[in-house]
Amino acid sequence: MSRWFRRSQKDGSLLALPTALWLLVFFVLPLVIVLGVSLMSRGRGGVAQMPLTLTHYERTFGIFSIILWRSIGLAGLTTVLCLLVGYPLAFFISTRRRRIVQQSALFLVILPFWTNFLIRTYAWRILLGEEGTINGVLRALGIIGEPLQLLNTQFAVLVGLVYGFLPFMALPIFASVERFNFRYVDAAQDLGANETRTFLRVVLPLTMPGVLAGCALVFIPSVGAFVTPDLLGGTKGLMIGNLINNQFGGSGNMPLGSALSIVMMAVVMLSLLVYVFGNRRGAGL
Amino acid sequence: MKHILVLILAVLLVFPAAADDDMAAWSCPEGYEGQTLSIFNWSTYIAEDTVPNFEAACGVTVNYDIYESNEAMLARIRQGNPGYDLVVPSGGTVQRMAEETLLVPIDLEMIPNVANVIEDFLAPAFDPENMYSLPYQWGTLGVGYRVDAFPDGISSWDDIWAYDGSVAWIDDRDSMFGIALTILGYDPNTTNGDEINEARDYLIEHGGNVVTVAADDGQVLLERGEVDVAVEYSGDISQIQWDCECEDYAYVLPGGVGNVWFDNMAIPVDAPNPELAMVFMDYILDAKVGADLTNYIWYASPNQASIDSGYIDEEILNDPTVFPPADQMANLFVIIDKGAEAEQLINDAWDELLIFLGQ
Repeated sequence: MSRWFRRSQKDGSLLALPTALWLLVFFVLPLVIVLGVSLMSRGRGGVAQMPLTLTHYERTFGIFSIILWRSIGLAGLTTVLCLLVGYPLAFFISTRRRRIVQQSALFLVILPFWTNFLIRTYAWRILLGEEGTINGVLRALGIIGEPLQLLNTQFAVLVGLVYGFLPFMALPIFASVERFNFRYVDAAQDLGANETRTFLRVVLPLTMPGVLAGCALVFIPSVGAFVTPDLLGGTKGLMIGNLINNQFGGSGNMPLGSALSIVMMAVVMLSLLVYVFGNRRGAGL
Repeated sequence: MKHILVLILAVLLVFPAAADDDMAAWSCPEGYEGQTLSIFNWSTYIAEDTVPNFEAACGVTVNYDIYESNEAMLARIRQGNPGYDLVVPSGGTVQRMAEETLLVPIDLEMIPNVANVIEDFLAPAFDPENMYSLPYQWGTLGVGYRVDAFPDGISSWDDIWAYDGSVAWIDDRDSMFGIALTILGYDPNTTNGDEINEARDYLIEHGGNVVTVAADDGQVLLERGEVDVAVEYSGDISQIQWDCECEDYAYVLPGGVGNVWFDNMAIPVDAPNPELAMVFMDYILDAKVGADLTNYIWYASPNQASIDSGYIDEEILNDPTVFPPADQMANLFVIIDKGAEAEQLINDAWDELLIFLGQ
């Protein structure tokens, strides 16, 4: 014991003990419980009880897969849109010459976090509503006659998600671009690469760690989003997070909710694997 | 001289009224000063001054939390009462909570104002001896709509199914299934899986115009113009009719199909202060307090004394939205607890409904 202690004192592995304990108690243990519950039957009021069953996984991959795929699709689209907006934005910010401009641009990206997410999402309801701001302006300008159905659609969910998660994409890319040495661009062009080639072969690979981190940070919370589809999606924009939430109400189905969560976690794990392997390849370049 | 005259007049005018009020005012029993009462009630379901007046009368502090559905409240209590002294479950939920020993018996001796309750509302089927509950308010579940969207009014649920515009349903599975089952000619409280699935398919088929399944805030969606029709509880629609002081909204029980429900005050297990909860029950059942409550939230009162005393606004007493006519009342269904198996069937069917609704 004491020898182990002394050795770990030397190599510092003891420093990881608090984290390891934390992970064990708050991650591994709950995960095991959720996994266990997901294999049990539904009892009165939605609680878990014996015997063991696979019904909930059958349901998850059966009828619930429609919503599961919709969630993955919406999260994927959110990630792509955030990337399309966030990547140029990160370049814009990091290439500002004057520090004050750069700092204020960064500040503006972070500013929305000062307001509660729920309130910001509610604000979108007012903007997108049938008698909301956007429809009002479009009608006043005579562009449309009848109000557009914006709220309670998948489009509204997408808008809400992109709006909410854009900073999570822009900031890691910004950090990558900050470290990017623009002399590589000159070098590439001296060697005869055109602009597209320079971007694809030099700029993009060198900023890839930021892109991958941003994608992971956007995709993972989007796929399990619950507040945004709840407030903006209505019946058409229902996502898996809403159905999981329903299972934990008074007459829901906790084992089914657990099975849905496990499957969603698997999806997240897969996307993390993409991140890890993508990074490794990026580092090898 | 003139001033003194005015003063005397004022005193003369005010005094008898004040004395009258004093006679009627509910008085708090001694010995509760400094204590705390925690109430867990439905959203938009109490008058502005109900709680402050109680705090002043008893010298106590009240914590007030809200919920949106029986299920949500039940889930909280079932996971271990986080410290509530009073909850307001609907009839079937009272029965269920009693069965699961989630309620503690009340002492009617401590609640003299039980005498004020309409006799028909005492000893209901879900709590035959009023062992656990006393009525709070009651109402119906029907449809609120914008009058301009339905120039000819709504005469049956078919008018809603066929409506070309935005509709909101309510996140109250037992009621939504009850409506479909009634239309299909089945028992609204059926435990038969085939009938439940038939009702599910019926709802999916006729719910193409449903943009959202609202969590008891359909009246807000109506007000904001997000939907033109909302399945809602009567009082919530009355509240916006009253707020806008206009004729823009109407409430209907389409074709007489809808449900009538009774909400009840009850004490959840492990309540820290059940005595004070019973004092609060007595307070709510006071003629004046009960009337003020109804005057504010526009739900029907189970309190005979409130009705007889004339404290409830005439306008509300005569409003068919609040107090449905007797011939309609007879046709409305009451939701009862259907047991574990039917609960699971309805839960599964509800999930499937949500997946396909409004596509």
